Amino acid sequence: MLNKNTLMTIVFALVAVALPVIIKAPYQQHILILVIIWATIGTAWNLLSGYAGQVSFGHAAFFGVGAYSAGLLTLHYGLSPWWGLALGPVMAMLIALPIGAIAFRLRGPYFALATLALGEIFRLMFLNMTGFTNGAKGILIMPAITSKIAYYYIGLGILAATLLVTYLIVHSKIGYYLVSIREDQDAATSLGIPTTFYKNLALLPSALFTGLAGAFYMNYVTFIDPDIVFNLTDISIMVILVVMLGGVATTWGPTIGAALYIIMGELFRTTLGSANVLVFGVLVCLIIMFLPNGIAGELDIIKRITQRKKAGLSGGV
Amino acid sequence: MGILEARGITKRFGGLTAVNELSFAVDKGEIFGIIGPNGSGKTTVFNMISRFFPITAGEIYFNDRRIDALPAHEICKIGIGRTFQVVKPLRRMTVQENVMAGAFLRTRNISKARRKAKEIINFCNLDDYRSRAAMGLPIPLRKRLEIARALATEPVLLLLDETCAGLNPKESEAAIDLIRRIRDTGVTIIIIEHIMKVMMGISDRILAINFGKEIAMGKPQEVANHPEVIKAYLGEAYA
Repeated sequence: MLNKNTLMTIVFALVAVALPVIIKAPYQQHILILVIIWATIGTAWNLLSGYAGQVSFGHAAFFGVGAYSAGLLTLHYGLSPWWGLALGPVMAMLIALPIGAIAFRLRGPYFALATLALGEIFRLMFLNMTGFTNGAKGILIMPAITSKIAYYYIGLGILAATLLVTYLIVHSKIGYYLVSIREDQDAATSLGIPTTFYKNLALLPSALFTGLAGAFYMNYVTFIDPDIVFNLTDISIMVILVVMLGGVATTWGPTIGAALYIIMGELFRTTLGSANVLVFGVLVCLIIMFLPNGIAGELDIIKRITQRKKAGLSGGV
Repeated sequence: MGILEARGITKRFGGLTAVNELSFAVDKGEIFGIIGPNGSGKTTVFNMISRFFPITAGEIYFNDRRIDALPAHEICKIGIGRTFQVVKPLRRMTVQENVMAGAFLRTRNISKARRKAKEIINFCNLDDYRSRAAMGLPIPLRKRLEIARALATEPVLLLLDETCAGLNPKESEAAIDLIRRIRDTGVTIIIIEHIMKVMMGISDRILAINFGKEIAMGKPQEVANHPEVIKAYLGEAYA
């Protein structure tokens, strides 16, 4: 089992490293970088919402704060936006603390609604604090690096770190506790699990890596405004769809989901024009109906069923 | 002085007094039964001890330490485990993972937790279901899983809430046997049960309550023949 997983990881890593060498067209490379950004946000969201079950509709808050950390450093202090990669995650974690303190008082759909509201609050704040954020005019920076390959590998490093940290958390005692909280919070409390503390242990890394993705996005895309980086549908909801497509509470689900989502999105956009949203909507419905656990999730179930059959046979003998 | 002592504990939900100035002491190593008609406040007593909600008045002591102001998750840490009347399995986790979730209270090492879980699963006769998802288990096994999960936290005092409810006679016999074996390992048990036969058989002492107040207390036979208890269960005419 372990060997198979390690092998898969190595194959994934090799393919990821080799891709920009094989695919040379800037447009395709751009798509790959977007996939990496979304895979990172998805993996980060998955820790809090997939494993710990605290479904967030407000991850745009962390993404946007990360992006603005990078942008504002340049706008106000003339620093390189790359410093945002350090400041962005920290700021995202700092705003995560009060968000957690407010939202973790609520459970289930109420938690989701609270995060939805908090994400929107940040969008409106950044739109209206024009003196500090430039408001709807946004922030435009001059990129220091123009090579797509460089962005690709930096992004890949960020994604690898996100995957690794998430994996380590999930496969430790903390991971068991997070899933316990998701499955039944009262039962978790009765087992001596301080639920709020552990929810924060999921929220903070989740915010950190989402903020990191945001800061990287600012550096790569070079233009942000509040309606882009704090967008409810294009960020907060999109990350949910990405992870649902790939597989909630799975290691590779968010990455698979991001790849499919971005690539399909681009294909539909170029071939179907404005009908692409409709096709996308139908596709999402189909996935929810027929692959409720996402692609990676269903793979796990198929694996488990075959294993159980084997176990049942040997047990019968 | 007992291992657990409740002094005048009261719980009001708005205008309803669910538990009213109830006092009792549980001795170390005994099986202490709490009986009472539906809605008499039995589960409320458990929720007060395990701090699932704050108590309105009174004091609770565990090993001479006052515990009625501790947060709910600390209660388990100091050695009070509980099960739920309406079972709360960690549905999508396997039996093994459920029990491990309990075992992690005393260790952070995964293989240690796994070993501990294996031991307890064996003790509770759940070996055949170890890799089954909890959501697929029938009720008797889910009830046993509740006990196993609580045991994994290494409790000194175990609160069992209607462990035999909904079980057929054979299954409930197995459950009683398990409860006895748990007691034999030195764990003190407080048990809530509706089935009088079960209670009479295993309890060392029984507390009978109605409308949140004590109506009788003592050896099983004494409590069963107490006129107030008969009145509460069967009505005035039989008392």
